[in-house]
Amino acid sequence: MTDRGSRIVLPAGVKSSGILTPVQRFALLASRIWAWLFLALMVLFFVVTVPLVSGGTVHFLTIRNSQNILVAIIPVLLLGLGQTFVIIGAGIDLSVGWVMSLASVLSALALRWAFDGGVPLFPSVLVGLIAGVGGAAVVGFINGVIIAKLKVPAFIVTLGTSFIVRGVAYLMSENTTVIGLPPGIRAYGNDALLYFIRGEGGGFYFLKRPDVSGELLRRMDTILPYPVIVTACVVACAIFLLRKTQFGRHTYAIGGSMEAAVRTGIPVDRHIIKLYILSASTAGMAGFLSTLRFTAGSAVIGDPLLLSSIAAVIIGGVSLFGGAGSVIGTVIGALIIAVLTTGLVMLNVEAFFQFIVVGTVVIVAVLIDQSRDLIAGRHRRRAEA
Amino acid sequence: MTEPLLSVRNITKRFGGLVAVNNVSCEINRGEVVGLLGDNGAGKSTLIKCISGVYHADEGEMFFEGKHAHFAHPIDARRHGVETIYQDLSLANNLDVGANIFLGRELKKRHLGGLIKTLDDQQMLRESRRTLESLQIHFPTLTEPIENLSGGQRQAVAIARAVYWDAKLMIMDEPTNNLGVPEQQKVLELIRRLREHGVPVILITHTLPDAFAVTDRIIVMHRGRKVAEKATAETNTEELVQYMVGARDDTNKGVLSPQREISLPQ
Repeated sequence: MTDRGSRIVLPAGVKSSGILTPVQRFALLASRIWAWLFLALMVLFFVVTVPLVSGGTVHFLTIRNSQNILVAIIPVLLLGLGQTFVIIGAGIDLSVGWVMSLASVLSALALRWAFDGGVPLFPSVLVGLIAGVGGAAVVGFINGVIIAKLKVPAFIVTLGTSFIVRGVAYLMSENTTVIGLPPGIRAYGNDALLYFIRGEGGGFYFLKRPDVSGELLRRMDTILPYPVIVTACVVACAIFLLRKTQFGRHTYAIGGSMEAAVRTGIPVDRHIIKLYILSASTAGMAGFLSTLRFTAGSAVIGDPLLLSSIAAVIIGGVSLFGGAGSVIGTVIGALIIAVLTTGLVMLNVEAFFQFIVVGTVVIVAVLIDQSRDLIAGRHRRRAEA
Repeated sequence: MTEPLLSVRNITKRFGGLVAVNNVSCEINRGEVVGLLGDNGAGKSTLIKCISGVYHADEGEMFFEGKHAHFAHPIDARRHGVETIYQDLSLANNLDVGANIFLGRELKKRHLGGLIKTLDDQQMLRESRRTLESLQIHFPTLTEPIENLSGGQRQAVAIARAVYWDAKLMIMDEPTNNLGVPEQQKVLELIRRLREHGVPVILITHTLPDAFAVTDRIIVMHRGRKVAEKATAETNTEELVQYMVGARDDTNKGVLSPQREISLPQ
C-alpha cells in the first residue's frame, strides 16, 4: 500500500495549489482577521481621541459606554444573525426590518391582551415572546416556501413580503405605536445582572436594581442588561448551529454549490425554508426585546435597521455569493458599526458622517474579501453570481 | 458465468418525436470497465441518465443485481449503489475533503440521549483518510476547502466518495474533460484502481485513447442505437471511428425502420 511508485500523487494545477507560500499565508491570515484588527484599532483610536477632544472629562472605554454599545447592537445583531445564515446559504432576506416591526407590534398586543385578561406578568411576557417570534416565523415560512418551492428569487420575494408585513404592522398597531403595556415589563427589558455604584456609599448589587436616586444614581453603572444576556445566548446557539451541526454544514453546502447539494441528496427546499424561518425568528426576537425595552410596540422600529444589519454581515466577512462567513464575523461587524457610531458622536462629529464612514467600511470589507481570492490565486465563482 | 450486475434490456427513450435512445440492450459485469462511445448526440448521456434515474425509459426494463430495478430519481439510484460522477459538479468547493465525502450523509455524535446531534468531524476525517489511502490518493491537506485543489484532485474526491459509500456501479461522464494531460492519466489510473477494487465502471467518452487505455469492452452508439459491442482487445481505432460516424453497424438492424428514425440535433 505504501509503495511510493504506485501512489497517485495528483499534480496541482497551474493556477490553483493546495500549498501556499509563507507570504501568501500571512496575507491570507491578515485578510481573515482584519475585522478584529480594525475593531481593536478603532477602539484604541477613540480611547485616545475622545479624552483629547473633551479635555479629559469624557472617556471612551468606560463601563457605562461599553454597556451602551452592547445594548445598541442588540437589534442590528439579531437581524444580522439570521441574515448570516440566509446569505451563507446564497439567499438574502430584505424583510427582516419590517418583520422586526411586526413582531414588536404583535408581542405588544399579545402581552397586553394576556395581562389585561388577568394573566400574571411573567406568563404574559412569555405570551408576547411566542406571539412575536411565532408571528415572525410565519412570515419566514411564507418567504421560504415561495423562494424554495415556487423558485422566485429571494430578493424579490422578501422585498414583496417586507411591504406586506409593513402594511400589516401599521394596520395592527393603532397608529404605529402599541401602548398601555404593563409597566412591570420595563424591568425585563432594562434591568441587569449586576449594578455597580462607584465611590462613596456604593458597591455591587447583584440581580437587583438598587433603589437609589440623585448623585448615587448618576454614579451607577448597569452591567449586562438582560436583553444583552439573551442576545449572547442567541449568538452562542447560532455559532453552535452553524459550526457544529448538520444544519450548518448543509447551509454552507447549499451556498457553496446548490447543484452539489441537490445531487448529494440534501433536502434543499426544506433547508431553504428553514433558513428563512430562522432569519425571521431572530428578527422576531429583536422586535420582542424592543417591546420590552421601550414598554411599547412600534411599527417603525425595525425598518431603519435592515441595511445596518446587512452591513454588519458583510463587514463580518459573509460572502454575498454564499458559502462563506461566520456568526462571530457578524458580531464583529455589528460591533464595528456600533463603536464607530458611538465614538464619532463622542468626538462631536456631525452625526451624518457616521453613514459616510460605515459605507466606506462596507466597501473596504468586500475589497479585502476579494483580495483574499487574489492572494490565493483563485478565480472562483464570480461567474456564477 | 455469474449473472451480470446490470442488465439493460431494450431501453427506448423518446423526447416528443425524437428517439434519443432506441432499443438498446447491454450488460455490465462485476469488475469490468465498459466504455460507452459515440459522437455528440449519439444518445450516450440519455442512456446513462435512464440507468441512473434522471430519466425514465419509455420502453424496456432494467435488472440490477438480478432484481428488477426502477430508479425513481438519481438519489434512489445512489441508494442502490449506482453512482454517477459528472466531473466535479457534485462537490461543494467551499468545503473540505472530509465534508465533501460525507456531504448529505454526515456522521454525527449524539448528546443528551440524542436530543442534540453534532457533526463528528474527527471521525469523518479519519474515514476519509482511510478511503483515500485505500485508493492511494494523496493530498497535501484534507482540511482546506477543495477549491484549492486541481480539477483532477477534485475528481478524485468525487470518486473516493463513491467508493466510501460502497458504490456497486460507477458511471463516469467524460471524466477527463477539462483536465491537463498528466491529470487525465491520473484519473485513468484511478479507474483501473476501481476495477481492482471490483467496482465496475461505465466510462462515457468520445476520446478514443482513453477508452483503449482503461476499458475491457466498448459499446458504440450512433443516433440513439447501439451499433457495436466489442472487446477492447479485439478492435482498433479505425474500426471504432467507422461505427461512431455510422459507416458500420452490427446490431439492431431493422428494429425501427429508418423512416421513423429522426436524427438528433447536433
